[in-house]
This record gives sequence, structure tokens and C-alpha cells, in this order.
Amino acid sequence: MGMTMTQKILADHAGLDKVIPGQLIKAKLDLVLGNDITAPVAIKEFNKIGINEVFDVNKVALVPDHFTPNKDIKSAEQCKIIREFAREKNIVNYFEVGQMGIEHALIPEKGLVVPGDVVIGADSHTCTYGALGAFSTGIGSTDMAAGMATGEAWFKVPEAIKFELKGELNKWVSGKDVILHIIGMIGVDGALYKSMEFTGEGLKALSMDDRFTMANMAIEAGAKNGIFEVDEKTIAYVKEHSTREYKVYKADEDAEYVKTYTIDLGQIKPTVAFPHLPENTRTIDEVGEIAIDQVVIGSCTNGRIEDLRIAASILKGKTVHPRVRTIIIPATQKIYLQALEEGLLKIFIEAGAVVSTPTCGPCLGGHMGILAEGERAVATTNRNFVGRMGHPKSEVYLASPAVAAASAIAGRIISPEEVV
Amino acid sequence: MLAHGKAIKYGDNVDTDVIIPARYLNTSDPEELAKHCMEDLDPLFTKKVNKGDIIVAAKNFGCGSSREHAPIAIKASGISCIIAETFARIFYRNAINIGLPILECPEASRDIQDGDEIKVNFDTGEIFNLTRNKVYQGAPFPDFMQEIIANNGLIGYIKSTRR
Ligand code: SF4
Repeated sequence: MGMTMTQKILADHAGLDKVIPGQLIKAKLDLVLGNDITAPVAIKEFNKIGINEVFDVNKVALVPDHFTPNKDIKSAEQCKIIREFAREKNIVNYFEVGQMGIEHALIPEKGLVVPGDVVIGADSHTCTYGALGAFSTGIGSTDMAAGMATGEAWFKVPEAIKFELKGELNKWVSGKDVILHIIGMIGVDGALYKSMEFTGEGLKALSMDDRFTMANMAIEAGAKNGIFEVDEKTIAYVKEHSTREYKVYKADEDAEYVKTYTIDLGQIKPTVAFPHLPENTRTIDEVGEIAIDQVVIGSCTNGRIEDLRIAASILKGKTVHPRVRTIIIPATQKIYLQALEEGLLKIFIEAGAVVSTPTCGPCLGGHMGILAEGERAVATTNRNFVGRMGHPKSEVYLASPAVAAASAIAGRIISPEEVV
Repeated sequence: MLAHGKAIKYGDNVDTDVIIPARYLNTSDPEELAKHCMEDLDPLFTKKVNKGDIIVAAKNFGCGSSREHAPIAIKASGISCIIAETFARIFYRNAINIGLPILECPEASRDIQDGDEIKVNFDTGEIFNLTRNKVYQGAPFPDFMQEIIANNGLIGYIKSTRR
């Protein structure tokens, strides 16, 4: 029996010729990541181990992105812990406010992950880097502490589900709609403990930004990781962003999958996830009349340049509905600057939207756009759990940047086709 | 190793945002976190929980974010063990890594009712329902995880292997 992409990467990093699903292994790590919520806990645990140095000052990344620029005194104290730790341990990849961005947009942009890497991050959306053909997964603070100390982590080798993509996306349909469609189909625990492997000729039709969005939400199906087969687009992206050596792993012909789904991209319509689970999906034509109070375009799922471009193409020359607070958050400083240079920010501001410095902000109900009781938001983020963006009795509808921008204009959830 | 207490029962997909809402994540102090444990799902949780009590839930417990604050809040509120049909994987790791015992057992998850008196033997994976006079068999931990738990979590385990 052959191995999947994930199994091959794990075997190599564990120094083994072969691994099988269910096997417990220790793998060498290429990157250990943490943020302003999880790293302070990890640092406390790291200090208990009784060693002075991290395993490799180049292979630890610390990104204060959740409650930054510091939203209150307590958050400021948390960030201070990370900053001081970074200085004391000479951590190379610490990104201060002004250089930082939302970690999962920032890390690939900085070239810190390349195909074939094994990455752990104390943030569940660390699975994003699977878009680059790396094994990348979310873990908790204690795992992060152990990873920083030893450069290793324990894993149970996962089974895999294969998603064979074919066809091409229609206009106004993006990677976000594809992954929402998949989560709607298999459920929020549909890939529990497993890896989701994306392959097939349909990959060609997906931009890197689409792939980041899809890998990002693998966790919303319960997956351990999502991973894309490496192609020319991946290589072009990696060469543009990194000078590190990479290794391309392809699944064996006889690799075993617990299930294979064939997805015709041409059949996918704009898709919205209703409260309070990402699996509660409906296609745009089944949404009905849902009035909204807020739109958020941003996050590690959809705060990249293509997302802003598509939103701007819809908002250009229009104004947002007077009832709808529209908040747009470029995910990194680089994306922010690019949006500025391309004139996108002007379009947003003229349309009556707020544009913010990079931050997670409202995505997790932190700051910069919290919902009151009974309010509804359309967000390009990844979770719509109870209370995720504010009051426990508020509601979040997950959608693509195109649907979010169109809905901001209409004041209700609609298809981009209706406003353009 | 044993746990013994009353069952507090919940359903499917209890996520980390209801276990500990993000608005309280500007601290990592266990006692502070415990004050808001389960707040958005069950506002009475902190009032009704007694030391030793056991959470019994259905599918995909702990789905969502990687915040270790979730199992930390649960542990600090006095819960001695969680039994569920399945756990979300990051929550599963985190619970083991901080030394909060958790067991997967679909039968116990279905059968146990809120308020039942429960005893759990971690070495054998047996779950005793003293109220209903029943025994359910959960999966005992693999050796490697037993070692982590025996060392009071991953950090203790690493310290012990470094010596
Ligand atoms: S943008 Fe949202 S989902 Fe992404 S890392 Fe930040 S809080 Fe988490």
C-alpha cells in the first residue's frame, strides 16, 4: 500500500521509510508558530522545561495579530510577554505591529513555509500552509512550548480523504465557495482526525489565494490538515517569496484514501454558511431575505489581495447601504500597501466602508467591529459559532468577498450578479 | 487513576468559542478563565459545577480554535474528566498535554443523563454509571499518552526524558 502526500512528508520528517495511519510518530519541525493569545501560555510552559534557548532561532515565528494594536491593558501585557521573549531568545521571525499581519497570510508571504515542510502553529488555522504542499497543522500552547524546546512534535499519522477537482469556477465563484460547499457536504466533523488532500486537473483553475482560503478552512471540517498537490503555480509562488530549498511530495498511485470525492468546480454556486455552524450552507439562490447590519471583509481566510480586488470591483462607484457598517481589513502590511497603490482603498472609503490596519479584530469578536444583541453580519471569515463576533445572540453568515461586498450595498445577503 | 463526580451533559459540536469566549482571552490565568467557562452555552455552569464533576458530551467536543484556554478553563473549574462520542483533534491533544483526562465512548455519551453519578477508571477505560448501575467500556489511552498523563502533561514528560 502506498502513502498519501501527508504520510510521505511525515515519514520523511520522522526518519522512517514508511508510516501507516494510526501510527504514533515524532517528527522534526521546520517551523513553530504562535500568536498573542497562545504564545504567552506557551512561553510560561517553555520556561518550566528549564532550558534557555529555543531549538532554532530561525524556525520559531511569533506574530501578535489577534488583539493588536493592543486593544486594552490586558492584551498589551500579553503582547509584552511575547516581545520580551522574542528579544531575549533572539527569535528572528518576530513581527511587531507595523510589520505584522494576520499570521496565516503573513507566514507564506514572508517565505517561511515551502513545499514539503512540517509546521505546527498554536492557532487552528495553521492548516492554511497546506496550500503550499506542506504538512501544517494547528496545535495548542503546550505543544508549541515543546516544539520550541525540542524541534519535534508527536503526531498520529492520519488517514486521508481525497478531493479530486475538475472543471473551472464560474464568475463570482471562488475558493471560499468551494470549501463552504465541501464543509456543507461532509459536515464540521466530516474529516475529523484526517487529512484532506486536494488534487486533480481542476487545481489549474485555482489561484494561490483560492488555495490558501480552502486549506485554511480544512479545520472547519475537523481535519488535521488540508494539503494541495504542488504544481507550477505553487512553485512560482514559492520562488517569488522564498529562497529556501523545497521538496515536492506526490501521493503514490496506490495510496489509500478512506473516501474520494470528485468535485466539479463548474457546478459550484456562491455559497453562504448560516449561523451557527460552517456546515449550515445554502447556495445563494436559497438564501431568502436576510437583512444585515455589518459586513466584514478580511481575516486569514479572505483578507488577501485578490479578495480585496474582487470586493473593490463590486463596490466601485457605489455606496454601501446606510444600515450596513462595512469593515475591510487587509490581512498584511504588504497587502494593505498593494491595495493602496492599486487604488482599492480609495474605492472602499468612497463607498462608505471602514479600512483598518491588519488585525484579526472582529473575526474572533476581539475588537474593531463587535456585534450587539440581535445583530447580523456577513463575514468573509471562517467561523460562525455562537458569540464568535460579539454578543451570544448575534449572528454571523460566512461568505466570499464577492457576496459580502454585494450584500454591503444591498443591505441584505444577495448575489453579486444582482448589483453589478 | 480515577475520576468520580456528577455528569453535566451537553450535545454535539460544543465549540471553543462557547467553552471560553474570545472576549476573555486577554488573560491566561486559569482561575480568571474558569469564571467564564461555558458562559455562552450554559450560563449556570459555573454555579452548578462541583469539584470532580464530569462533562459528558456528544460529537466533536471542543471544535474550533486551538486555544488551550478551553481545556484550562474546564480543568480549573473543577471538572475531573470529559467523556464524549468524539473530540475535535486539537482539543484532544491540548487536554492530554495539560493533563485533563478525556475519553471517547459513544455508548456512555448516549446513555449517561445529566446528574448521573459517574466513576471512571483511566487505566482500563471503564466508565461506571452508579445511578443506573451500568458499565461502559471506553478506549484506554495508548502507552505513549499514558506516559504523558502520568507525568502530569507534556512538559513534565519532556522534563522526565531530558534527565
Ligand atoms: S483571522 Fe480569525 S481565524 Fe484567522 S487567525 Fe485571526 S482570529 Fe483566527
